[in-house]
Amino acid sequence: MTTDATTDAPASPTAEQAPEAAGTARAHSNLGLGRLYLRRFLRNHPAVGGVVIFVLLVLFGAFGGRFTSYAYTDADFTALTQPPSSRHWFGTNQGGNDIYACAVHGLQRSLMIAVSVSVLTIVLAAIIGSGAAYFGGRVERVTLAAIHFLLIVPSFLILALVSHRLAGDWRVLIIVLTVFGWMSTARVIWSVSTSLRERDYVKAAEFMGVRPLRIIFRHIIPNLGSLLIVNLTLGVVATVLSETALSFLGFGVQTPDVSLGTMLADGASTVTSAPWLFAFPAGLVVLLTVSMTFIGDGLRDALDPTSATGSAGGRR
Amino acid sequence: MTLATPLPVPVPPADAEPVLSVRDLRISFPSEAGTVEAVRGVSFDLLPGRTLCIVGESGSGKSATAMGIMGLLPPTADLRGQVLLGGQGLIGLDDRALSKIRGNSIGMVFQDPLSALTPIFSVGRLLSDALRVHQDLTKRAAWEQAVELLDLVGIPDPRGRATAFPHEFSGGMRQRVVIAMAMANRPSVLVADEPTTALDVTVQAQILDVLRLAQQETGAGLVLITHDLGVVAGHADDVAVMYAGRIVEHAGVEELFHRPTMPYTARLLAVVPTVDGGTRRPLVPIGGEPPALVGLPDGCPFAPRCAVALDACRSDEPEPRHLTGHGHVACLRATEIVNGSLDPTGDAAPVGLPAPSGRAEAGEVVLRVEDLVKTFPLTKGALLKRRVGTLHAVNRVSFDLRAGETLGLVGESGSGKTTTLLEILRLRQPEGGRIEISGTDVGTIASSARVRELRQDVQLVMQDPLGALDPRMTVFHLLAEPLRAIGRDRESTRARVRELLTLVGLDDSVSDRFPAALSGGQRQRVGIARALATEPKLLALDEPLSALDVSVQAGVINLLARLKRELGLAYLVVAHDLAVVRYISDRIAVMYLGHIVETGDTEAIFSDPKHPYTRALLSAIPIPDPERERTRERVVLKGEQPNAARMPTGCVFVDRCPLYRLADEELRHRCRTQPPMPTSAAELPGHQYACHGV
Repeated sequence: MTTDATTDAPASPTAEQAPEAAGTARAHSNLGLGRLYLRRFLRNHPAVGGVVIFVLLVLFGAFGGRFTSYAYTDADFTALTQPPSSRHWFGTNQGGNDIYACAVHGLQRSLMIAVSVSVLTIVLAAIIGSGAAYFGGRVERVTLAAIHFLLIVPSFLILALVSHRLAGDWRVLIIVLTVFGWMSTARVIWSVSTSLRERDYVKAAEFMGVRPLRIIFRHIIPNLGSLLIVNLTLGVVATVLSETALSFLGFGVQTPDVSLGTMLADGASTVTSAPWLFAFPAGLVVLLTVSMTFIGDGLRDALDPTSATGSAGGRR
Repeated sequence: MTLATPLPVPVPPADAEPVLSVRDLRISFPSEAGTVEAVRGVSFDLLPGRTLCIVGESGSGKSATAMGIMGLLPPTADLRGQVLLGGQGLIGLDDRALSKIRGNSIGMVFQDPLSALTPIFSVGRLLSDALRVHQDLTKRAAWEQAVELLDLVGIPDPRGRATAFPHEFSGGMRQRVVIAMAMANRPSVLVADEPTTALDVTVQAQILDVLRLAQQETGAGLVLITHDLGVVAGHADDVAVMYAGRIVEHAGVEELFHRPTMPYTARLLAVVPTVDGGTRRPLVPIGGEPPALVGLPDGCPFAPRCAVALDACRSDEPEPRHLTGHGHVACLRATEIVNGSLDPTGDAAPVGLPAPSGRAEAGEVVLRVEDLVKTFPLTKGALLKRRVGTLHAVNRVSFDLRAGETLGLVGESGSGKTTTLLEILRLRQPEGGRIEISGTDVGTIASSARVRELRQDVQLVMQDPLGALDPRMTVFHLLAEPLRAIGRDRESTRARVRELLTLVGLDDSVSDRFPAALSGGQRQRVGIARALATEPKLLALDEPLSALDVSVQAGVINLLARLKRELGLAYLVVAHDLAVVRYISDRIAVMYLGHIVETGDTEAIFSDPKHPYTRALLSAIPIPDPERERTRERVVLKGEQPNAARMPTGCVFVDRCPLYRLADEELRHRCRTQPPMPTSAAELPGHQYACHGV
């Protein structure tokens, strides 16, 4: 869908040479495509808030470790299960690990896993789902059969076994979560694409002689935009949750590596006696999911030309 | 067929108490862009037994007015003013109280009869439920009444059909059921919102008659909302013309059509294509587009498009004033116009009719269709599909089309005209017959590369420009797409896009906009520009004007005529609206049930139609002139186009044919058993018709 981002640049000089008579009323229409989207996005305050939180989280994950002398693997045996203090900002756990350092590292891990898995899942699901819908016939039947087969396989069990066997490497976890996570999204995308396939503009493109793959990438997938974005945000949330579940059961990220999921699992048992062990990772998970939801909503409104929230001057 | 009974004009009492009074109705909707003022101060009275037509273009606020009266607006809408139904105020009532009134004192007829009927109940059940909600009736008595109502609205075999479900009825029959529901509780007001827009023109005439019958039967006042000035001319007693959320002219039907006084009304009447008379009346396009209803500037909203606007028109919005002998008009110059000293159309130039010389008689044949056949299998069963029949969509259709010529394929929905078009555009060997494009038989092309090459010569303009343009692409990308598909490089694509925009009369600045930000007319221009991108020889236009407002149509008709002249294009136009086709076609082919029943020069068809179906079709189109519309001979066809699954062995039109009914036994036998062959009219060489009886 981004294949034509480059062609925007040559198009805009054309527009700028247009008669000045166009005036200020139409000023926004002379913007490039990207800037138009940006402007519409910025008008949505919760979405901007979501971006701010998300950026802060990313910065925290990337650079938060510089502000502490402890590494997440270090054990401070002088401070076991200590509440937050000036030495250990977020407190320590039963093993004397600094929770701040753990949280930074765990966030980094979880972000990495969640974002990559949901992006990969969406890309895979979009291509398979819309391809099946557009080509129809035998391609559609075979793809759907495969999707349905994979959906009824107890994927969580397989996932647990496979990730355990592969020794909890987080990169393997990404691949495993993707491979077993795309089907339901693909099925939703397929069902929406079947109605897009019948749209006039898809027919028009066919009559213009546009090739099938190009129709899928130019006409079908972009028009699934809001669906993809909502699924992307939900995907992040869902991945954090399934990573947590796996880690809780001991199949996900393995010690000594730390993710928000393992921290939540560790902290859950001591939530009354040592609440900081649970509160900080839980707070980070909430911030992460809430910010993703706001961003998702904002993007959907900005990218959807028919959305009322994003439009500036209505019909002109 | 009922021949030639001029419609009985009821004499409604003019001094009765109004059944419905609307006073200063204002409706606005919140939106991101600002408050949309859909209705801005509408007032009218409806007298019992009279018909008030509210006419206007899309977005003029006519439907919002109707919904406001019935209390069916979304909860976000802000509703002010007064709606008095027999003295009772409706605004401010809660939904419970309104539900007692809706369906009882006010009956409603909606545009789409299928979505107005609950699909899981039989129509008898729907009708008896509608009765029992408001009346204390036993199930049995309600059912009996339901059957009577179905009989009244002209459903054949009402007792048997009462147990049928809505989807088992045709569109026209469904609308009859909706009318039966609306009149079930003998309401004092009937509101019909575009009741015939979704129906074919021959069915439209029947439905309007049923509506009139319902009105006479109940004595109700009828609010008929329509965009069709022909319907207004035939059915209204009073007319309210709406523009930008206000009634700009409100007068009796004769006065309004005789001397339209608000310049908008006058221009609107001048721009409606008509089918009557021997000659085409030139159309005078109204420049510009209807305004958006957000942040309307001060002054008359029509002033920017008005030919006779004064400076004062732009500073203050005129209030409706009463003019003696006319009605209410919201125009500063109304007095001048009504006494004849000012021509409201100003000096706007009429649409140039395609000059006879503009038609290239010697143009090469761009498209030749011979005996085209297309059938669809009818299957039954969900799991194991078995074939239960064949739908004959297109049956041995043949025609030629030369460069610089326009052929209009005309017919009701289901006549196979769009299927014909799509078969041609597919560029593959048809099921039966031959299709030749620029001398190449498409059946002989083997490689897909050759097909792609041929595609450049044949392009399509679709009916709904909003649907045909990908909402996520800017105008530039939309126009670039066909050029990319044929492998033009970036530089020449950009130059060509600019050229195309100029060609269709659009500004360069639209190239970065999305289709949603364009007006209807601009969108259709983009659609045309896209079709022209690859320099085709043949342009297929599928209902190119039916999604456009009347005031914008003329501009597009003009554009099409100019493009044809300048580029020497051939147009194949599919349309159901004969009046519009008349203005763009050189020749017309009338289709019925997959057959071409008559073909000939446009003017010959209009002045001297031979085939009884063509005659009926022409006579079904309402003329926007009350005097002519109410006195002319009308041929109202009975029934609807039959299903193409069971083709009659003889003439396809035999079930509905007025001539057949009058014919003697020998002719009837021929009609039933032998399909009529196309015969040439004696005096005109290109004029052919397929009928035994003429």
